[in-house]
Amino acid sequence: MSDDLYQALIVLHDRAPRHHGPLAGATHVATIDNPLCGDEITVRVILDGDRVQTIAFEGHGCALSRAAASMMSERAVGATTAELTALAARFAQFVQAPPDATEAPDAASDAALGDLVAFRGVRRARSRRTCATLPFRALLAALAR
Amino acid sequence: MDLTARRRAFPALDQRAHGQRLAYLDAAATSLQPRVVIDAVVDAALHAAGNPGRGVHLLAEAASVALDDARHEVARFLGADADEVVFTSGTTASINLVADAWGRANLGPGDAVIATELEHHSNLVPWQRLCAERGAELRIAPVDEDGRIDLAALDALLDSKVKLVAVAHVSNVLGTIAPVAAIAARAHAVGARVLVDGAQAVAHLEIDVRALGCDFYAFSGHKLYGPPGTGVLWARRAILDAMPPWQVGGGMVARVDRAHARYREPPYRFEAGTPNTTGLIGLGAAIRFVRSLDRAAVAADEARVHAAIARAVQAADGTILGRPEVGVVSFALGRVHPHDVATIADQAGVALRSGHHCAEPIHHRHGVDASTRASIGCYSDDDDVAQLARALARVREVFG
Ligand SMILES: Cc1ncc(COP(=O)(O)O)c(C=O)c1O
Repeated sequence: MSDDLYQALIVLHDRAPRHHGPLAGATHVATIDNPLCGDEITVRVILDGDRVQTIAFEGHGCALSRAAASMMSERAVGATTAELTALAARFAQFVQAPPDATEAPDAASDAALGDLVAFRGVRRARSRRTCATLPFRALLAALAR
Repeated sequence: MDLTARRRAFPALDQRAHGQRLAYLDAAATSLQPRVVIDAVVDAALHAAGNPGRGVHLLAEAASVALDDARHEVARFLGADADEVVFTSGTTASINLVADAWGRANLGPGDAVIATELEHHSNLVPWQRLCAERGAELRIAPVDEDGRIDLAALDALLDSKVKLVAVAHVSNVLGTIAPVAAIAARAHAVGARVLVDGAQAVAHLEIDVRALGCDFYAFSGHKLYGPPGTGVLWARRAILDAMPPWQVGGGMVARVDRAHARYREPPYRFEAGTPNTTGLIGLGAAIRFVRSLDRAAVAADEARVHAAIARAVQAADGTILGRPEVGVVSFALGRVHPHDVATIADQAGVALRSGHHCAEPIHHRHGVDASTRASIGCYSDDDDVAQLARALARVREVFG
């Protein structure tokens, strides 16, 4: 049932998101909105060379987008832009997989997703995919600046 | 037909939703279609299969006759004449038609249009664009906390510069009914026309365009138990007569030579191209269905279910936006995001709408970006409300 989508881990991150709030001295910033609802998210990053030193997100969003932003931010700290670009692509692929794919199309890449596999339920809720992938799109947009 | 019989008339209600009974509480987005409409569309595809108004053979003739019958059906429904009924693809198209055809001919620099604060984007954005193009001013008439249009504030906005007042008959967010006759009297006193967006009204209220005193009335078939992609623009005959066409092309011209075209009389002047014949015939069937109902009985059932929804929302500690009168109840459930409410409700078989419902300004007026909305039709019953109440309790459980 709904628990499938709203896994405890997602609810936890929604309630107490990591890296949520303002960030002074950001080197990279992007704000994008979710056309489904007008929700928006701003991602701010401080890059040290090619590596994310600090990240923070702000905005208003549903539980899925907040939890995704929170988990993404945890992963982003210390990662290179290339690693994050790959992670974003892997996550987008993961949520777009057919809902009944019991075994992941590529188990190795599922492992690389870590906690983000909690979003498996989004496969069943096509209209909510954009909520889960929104933070990654904002991050990529910020890094592209 | 009592409520049980009405529910039986809608085959879509027989399906399961995620293994649960389907509680369809999203009629304001689009209503379900009764069997008679589905059958009429299928029958039209078989027997009214020609191109209406463009042929003498059997199937073309059948299409012409059926479309003409549908037009008369709409006219009776609105208390209007058939030659004042323009077929469109929906409310959005009807309003754009007025903005493009009537607006460009009647609005100039220094003129003004008034729209209310609670309008759907389709009754706001066309006026924003038109005013920007024509160097005219768009004025926004405020509504009070309950969602009622502030007539004193409207009076203050009305002067001889105002050429049009655009207002929703029923708000798709707040469910409030606009005092159209009072607004029309005020607008006419300064020489302005009145356009009424009837999208959310037609399924719930008896419509008489002459008693309302408006000049334009727009609605969509898919919110009146008809097929999507169908709509109506009604306008007074004298206004249509004086109006230039919107889109131009086949079907709307009387004579064409290499350089010029002479346009047909209304309503055909405003119907360029082959229409959505099957859909519009379905719309005629939908209106026949509505007219066959005991509307007082439907209104009584809807009022009971509507009030029960409001109580269920309050029992779940929800905050209702405005003071809804008909059709919809929009609400916030603590800090839980509307999309999360609607997704959890969906898992419980309850279809709700979440988001800004294409009406951002009125949400901001109430200090929120989005809301969850339950909306009803002639098939909504107490079991739907009980199922909604259980779904809202489940939302509380998940988000503690
Ligand atoms: C009040 C109101 N106006 C206009 C519309 C637009 O209708 P449609 O999308 O059928 O053109 C809607 C429906 O969403 C509505 O609720």
